[in-house]
Amino acid sequence: MDPALSAVRLTVREAIHTLSSCEDGGRVLSTLGSLRRYLSGAENPALPGEQEEFARVHFSALLRCLVGRLSPGWLGLLPDGQVEELWASFFLEGPADQAFLVLMESVEGAAGPSFRLMKVAQLLARFLSAGRMAAVMEGQCRQVTELASPLLQETLLAEVVGLPDRLGNRLQRENLDAFLPQNYFPLLGEEMMRALQAVVDSLRGGWDCSVSFLSQVLGKACVRGRQKEMLGVLVPRLTTLTQGSCLWQRVCWRLVERVPDRAVEALLTGLVEVAAGPEVLSRLLGNLVMKNKKAQFVVTRKLLFLQYQYSTPMLQSLLGYLATDSQRRPLLVQALKGLLETWGSCSAVRHAPLAQQCYISKAVLICLALLGEAELQDSRDELLTSLMAGVKSRLDSSLPVVRRLGMIVAEVASARLHPEGPPLKFQYEEDELSREMLALAAPRPAADSPLEASPVITPEAAETPGRGSVDGGVPQALPEGSGSDLDSDDELVPYDMSGDQELKRSKAPTYVRDCVEALTSSEDWERWEAALRALEALVIRNPAAAREVSVELAKVLLHLEEKTSVEGFEGLRQRALVAVVVTDPAPVAEYLTSQFYALNFSLRQRMDILDVLTLAAQELSRPGRRPKAPQCDPPGPAPPPGSAVAPAWRAVVEERIRNKTRRFSQGSARRGRDAGANQFSSVAGYFFFPLIQHFDRPLVTFDLLGEDQLVLGRLAHTLGALMYLAVNTTVAVTMGKALLEFVWTLRFHSDAYVRRGLLSAVSSVLLSVPAERLLADLPDELLETRSWLAGECQAPAAWARRVVGGWCSGHRGTGQRRGPRTVTSPPSVHEMVPGGGVGTQLLSSHFGEVLQEDPREGAPMWETVCLFWKILYLL
Amino acid sequence: MAASPLPPPDPRFVLRGTQSAVHALHFFGGAEGQGQPLLLSGSLSGLVHIWSLQTRRAVATLDGHRGQCVTWLHSLPQGHQLLSQGRDLKLCLWDLAEGRNAVVDSMRLESMGFCRSTVLARGQGHWMLAMPGRGSDEVQILEMPSKTSVCTLKPEADAKPGMPMCLELWQAESSPRPLLLAGYEDGSVALWDVSERKVCSRVACHTEPVMGFDFDSQKARGVSGSAEKALAVWSLDEQQALQVCKTHELTNPGIADVKIRPDRKILATAGWDHRVRVFHWRTMKPLAVLSFHSATVHCVAFAANGLLAAGSGDQRISIWSLYPISSDSSTPLSGHVEDTEVGAHALA
Repeated sequence: MDPALSAVRLTVREAIHTLSSCEDGGRVLSTLGSLRRYLSGAENPALPGEQEEFARVHFSALLRCLVGRLSPGWLGLLPDGQVEELWASFFLEGPADQAFLVLMESVEGAAGPSFRLMKVAQLLARFLSAGRMAAVMEGQCRQVTELASPLLQETLLAEVVGLPDRLGNRLQRENLDAFLPQNYFPLLGEEMMRALQAVVDSLRGGWDCSVSFLSQVLGKACVRGRQKEMLGVLVPRLTTLTQGSCLWQRVCWRLVERVPDRAVEALLTGLVEVAAGPEVLSRLLGNLVMKNKKAQFVVTRKLLFLQYQYSTPMLQSLLGYLATDSQRRPLLVQALKGLLETWGSCSAVRHAPLAQQCYISKAVLICLALLGEAELQDSRDELLTSLMAGVKSRLDSSLPVVRRLGMIVAEVASARLHPEGPPLKFQYEEDELSREMLALAAPRPAADSPLEASPVITPEAAETPGRGSVDGGVPQALPEGSGSDLDSDDELVPYDMSGDQELKRSKAPTYVRDCVEALTSSEDWERWEAALRALEALVIRNPAAAREVSVELAKVLLHLEEKTSVEGFEGLRQRALVAVVVTDPAPVAEYLTSQFYALNFSLRQRMDILDVLTLAAQELSRPGRRPKAPQCDPPGPAPPPGSAVAPAWRAVVEERIRNKTRRFSQGSARRGRDAGANQFSSVAGYFFFPLIQHFDRPLVTFDLLGEDQLVLGRLAHTLGALMYLAVNTTVAVTMGKALLEFVWTLRFHSDAYVRRGLLSAVSSVLLSVPAERLLADLPDELLETRSWLAGECQAPAAWARRVVGGWCSGHRGTGQRRGPRTVTSPPSVHEMVPGGGVGTQLLSSHFGEVLQEDPREGAPMWETVCLFWKILYLL
Repeated sequence: MAASPLPPPDPRFVLRGTQSAVHALHFFGGAEGQGQPLLLSGSLSGLVHIWSLQTRRAVATLDGHRGQCVTWLHSLPQGHQLLSQGRDLKLCLWDLAEGRNAVVDSMRLESMGFCRSTVLARGQGHWMLAMPGRGSDEVQILEMPSKTSVCTLKPEADAKPGMPMCLELWQAESSPRPLLLAGYEDGSVALWDVSERKVCSRVACHTEPVMGFDFDSQKARGVSGSAEKALAVWSLDEQQALQVCKTHELTNPGIADVKIRPDRKILATAGWDHRVRVFHWRTMKPLAVLSFHSATVHCVAFAANGLLAAGSGDQRISIWSLYPISSDSSTPLSGHVEDTEVGAHALA
């Protein structure tokens, strides 16, 4: 062997010498040709031993020499790029890892863009497109026995994963498409698949292999945030391959297991996102969570509790993965315990963001659906304890969504944990979220259902259900009445039959006193209902008669209970009460406000009082009283948007009139608002001051500053609304003063709803009290409020500044901070409209209650802008 | 149908002046081309009013039931004769020709029930009468005008259908055998073969007593209303077996009377809920709900020209004109309105 070895060395040395000095094309060509003998797959190859020695010892040196010679003149020694072709073939056909390293080395060694750099880059692109990267990785996989040098592997790993960065840095603007990360990583994924294929093949052939290099590449790419590109290629392929083959499954599990710890989280999130359903996940991961602590932590803690941005299907497949294997199921029980504990923690309810609460609730529901009866029974007490705590603190919350979450989870969980007991049933409105949650709670079919729905799917699987449903589909029944005997009967057009209601036996009372009597003493429920329905109209029609019994009537209505199921009872009662208050404001308001702090009322009744007062104040302050349709929505925290729908016929009629009418006038046809005295002005005090006086005196049954914070929030909103409605009244200044004091005492309240109410109250003070009075009469309160707002509510203040600033600079050219103190004359509507749309939306969403309760329909926009001028100035 | 539905119709006109609840209505004369028919109404106070639909006034009043409610009115094919049944247990035959208004004959009813009688014309001057019989579940058949009792139709001992509530005699075109449809207290409708005195078929249509029905002999289909909240449509097949085709749910319970218009296009029901409901007869599609009355509607009647009359406990008779009859398709139902020569002049 010795002489042969030296022969190779001699040849190579000689060749390198020739190549580095010779300028004769023919000699270069023949030298290179002679060296090609040592590459595997050449014609008349050298002995295997020589080839091996060449590859192991001399190849890198030769490649470095070749790169070093690279210049336009050298390549031009022979025509038709023969030299270049031959030159490239060494890189493309020789041992891939060395070629790759040399190429990367020379790329990094280049000082800046140059001919050589471009050539090398192009060669590297060819190298990639020729699939040599697979060869690089394959090489590393095979070296299990030869104890591959860790240093080399480390370098190689860094080069493989860092290739896009390095080339991007070097080539700057001349970068090639192949090196862009969005192209490179999918390619790397493909190459990795090929390498894996080779691994599987050689395992089948009985040769040992190791996938740890591949795992490292995968992990590193994932850490760099390239999960989508890599896994988008790998997962669908692996999904299909692992379906039939145990070997592939084992390789795949091994691949995931060998990923370094720091990359586990990145890899797992990527996998859970891409994999279609728990079955697939289980096939790809195996029992990884049991073997790897880090993986277990990621799956059972991090993805469930902290990373709440993931989608529901992802959550489903994650938990489904835990449920698919009996070894992993204890983890699922443990996860459910943990989830319920978090769910039940009072402080989490108060401080966790809503999205996270939703996410955890969903996870709880999914867990419950996945777990079996026996598993749940084992830890029933523990689960029930956390559940009850959570339900309690959720039902206490003043946010409707949180309450509803509590109700849904409580219903589902109690049905699962306590199947023998009577079912728990809450009344809540169905919406998208609740439907989604309830769907999650339904146990899923045994089949891998998300697989069918997902886009990553094998063609056969996609075809089968489709065909099945076409074949097995039941033909739709023909609509009835489309029989063959068409005769002229069809011309009988039905009349409107909407008036065909159930017959009510008793007649409605005709006098207010009759109503009172019917409501208090009647055992005849039809009469009772008829009285309730008739009351509002009667009170409005006959105010004098209503005034005689107003307080008595208010008392009756306030204490009225829904004894029979009357449709729209709440609305009827509320409207009747509002009508009574409007008819006789002072005494009734006095009565209602005194009852608000009375002993024996439910929270519901107290909140009704607040609603009624607000609606009545709104009614009173409306110019041109008596709306066509009475308000029926309570001024709750979230009135449904777009509930008022203009009747279609009116639009049609108006359109027709406009078409047929010619107007001889200049300017717009817009009519001014009807002017009228604000009737609220004289009675605002009766509404406002009794309410604000006693809030800090707790009763046995009613503690505003304690746990009845929902009512406190309502109270703050109501006071704000009353303040707003008292605009332009003399009492407004006093009211404003009192309200600012009220806000000041409560400004650090822990409930978000209360704080929101306070903000709305502040803004209505700013809106309603004239600016000069504001500054002259209540400077201290104003300063306090200002410091509070500036300190505690940075965000809204900054936001207000931004919005108003944008509006000013955009539309009025008065972007300076020190604007006029008040906007004395409203800018014309034309000026307001273009920028107004978004701004108004923002305003109304932030200071929602005030603006939504705005009684003067479509309040002039300049008022709101005015408000922000004030805030801006004051801050 | 994109357009909004027509607003509910109003009555063409209203007849007031009976001064008591109206319990029976009957259009008299006025087949096509013969001018306006007369309307007869029977009231709770025992009077029969004859209304001119032109002047919209009562032209005559017949008092023959001693202040007891008149439950049934029917004119005989001879035209100038009227049958009235009252709660004084008397069936009176009136001669109305040439302005007369005298009782020419009367006979005693044996039953205290609410069942209305029925007649079937049997050739010149002869007719058959079916009325509730002496036994509570019997129907008596008489040959008129001789008043000879033909037979008594008594249900089998184990059937126990209760009292007959409404009756209708008819005759299939193909055979001369008279048939009787009877609605019973237990909610069933039975078909009797009068000559063989046996029940051909019986079907339970309702769970409450049948209050009224009408039968379309051409289509062999009938509709019945009861105290419950549904109308039942039933049919008669070749083997003379009754079967329920469908039921139609109503908003409010209680149907006092059902009538199919002579042209068989629509039918009207008199409801206890004060409303008259109009349906498409072939499809039973609801067409209109006529709410005018303020008390129970007791009876409805169709004229040959398509007018609809409804009589109610609020002492008013409303006249409606809906879905006018196209002249080519009007073939009157047998037994409803007969060709007569009686017009307003006969009573003038």
